[in-house]
Amino acid sequence: MILTLPLIISCQGEQSTLNTAGSEAEDIAHLIVVTAAAGAIVWVCVVGLMLFAAARRGEPMAEQSAGLVIAWGGVVLPASLLFILLAYVLFSMPATRPWFEKSRADVEIEITGEQYWWRVRYLDERGNVLFENANEIRLPAGRKVRLLLRAHDVIHSFWLPSLAGKMDMIPGRTNILWLEPERVGIYRGPCTEFCGTSHTRMSMQALVLEPQAFASWVEEVSSARKSPADARAHGQEAFLQHGCGACHAIDGTAARGRLGPNLTRLFERDRIGAGASANDPSGRMAFVRNAGAIKPGALMPAFPEINESDLRAISDYLGAAR
Amino acid sequence: MRLLPRELETLWTLFTAPVVWALHFLVCYLTVAIHCAKVDPGASLAAIRFMLAVATVLALATIVLSATLAWRQWGFGTQEPPHEEPTREDRRLFQGFATLLLSALSFVSVLFVALPLAAIERCAS
Ligand code: HEC
Ligand SMILES: [Cu+2]
Repeated sequence: MILTLPLIISCQGEQSTLNTAGSEAEDIAHLIVVTAAAGAIVWVCVVGLMLFAAARRGEPMAEQSAGLVIAWGGVVLPASLLFILLAYVLFSMPATRPWFEKSRADVEIEITGEQYWWRVRYLDERGNVLFENANEIRLPAGRKVRLLLRAHDVIHSFWLPSLAGKMDMIPGRTNILWLEPERVGIYRGPCTEFCGTSHTRMSMQALVLEPQAFASWVEEVSSARKSPADARAHGQEAFLQHGCGACHAIDGTAARGRLGPNLTRLFERDRIGAGASANDPSGRMAFVRNAGAIKPGALMPAFPEINESDLRAISDYLGAAR
Repeated sequence: MRLLPRELETLWTLFTAPVVWALHFLVCYLTVAIHCAKVDPGASLAAIRFMLAVATVLALATIVLSATLAWRQWGFGTQEPPHEEPTREDRRLFQGFATLLLSALSFVSVLFVALPLAAIERCAS
């Protein structure tokens, strides 16, 4: 019972290799099962041999048959088993790490690892940026997605265990990862290459939507921006006045900063700061007041000088749908 | 003149098979890496795969040759290890036996190195 616990608890959740929601992840899960089973068989055989030897109580074996046991059990069997496993792994590679012509992509998204967040840009067929978002990616179910993985500063690593295998994001390189989500849902992906003090607070959320819902979301985001309702004009003013626009962009406003995450669609993120805090008024206010207290080393300065009412107005402004 | 010397008393023959294994490894990986990076990213690897298959056969043949010589040096399996006496004869047998084992290891290793050739069709850019 206790032995099976690790299996049971790791089989569920939004961040599990064994709880698959995409075709690549499924093949990787098969790979895990097959290699684990082969390992288990080898383990049983080795332990069996040990028990067999112990049961003989030091009775010597004939030299001839001992030599045969060593040659077959110690050389031929392990070598051929490894050969078969290696062949299986290699031949499953087209499925676990697929590669297609660029033109086969239904959706193309460029994701850049930054300390300590993800820049997400949706591209059109010609590779031009349709719009930019951060820390959350939306994908259509049953479509081929081509991800262009880059890094801005240091090496990060991209991994959505429920959807596909892991791939590094390396400065100066573009790594291509294909994936095909199959099940609608919400999945989590942590940064899996140590990238600095807040590495453990760098994760993203992937929302797999019905293709229809995805298309209308893209349509909605890329169509003309509405200016915020009057009630929140004060928030926008305070946002610009405190210099947030130097690092953050909010599409359709004077805020065009490129250093930090695009905040246009912050309102629909589940969490802020790449998973660091809840996306509610107190979470947002605490983050803006002193991001470094929540994410050590975060490249956003603290703002002790903003008064409480401005802070609240900014938080409401960012949290409101537009 | 014989093609193969009757007796080769040098330590170097011990390393023949592992050296072939190392060279084969380098040839396989460097050829594909350079071809995919410099010559034609995204290209089909058909010609390269054929070339490397030939290299693999050559490597395996060399290793088998080394094993055959070692088998001879070891007295065609008539002698029993361990050859641990401080005699010239035992040194010769020990080296033959060790060479034979290293050849077997190298043979399997070359096969393992070559296996991806069967699965990988093209450079992925
Ligand atoms: C010096 C550049 C800089 C300035 C100025 C700045 N920020 Fe940031 N901000 C960042 C960076 C970098 C991050 C990403 C931090 C992280 O997650 O590691 C960030 C993250 C955030 C986030 C979380 C975003 C997300 O996607 O979850 C919010 C909200 C935010 N900033 C609001 C503000 C507000 C409001 C101001 C003005 C008071 C401001 N920032 C000023 C650089 C800046
Ligand atoms: Cu990272």
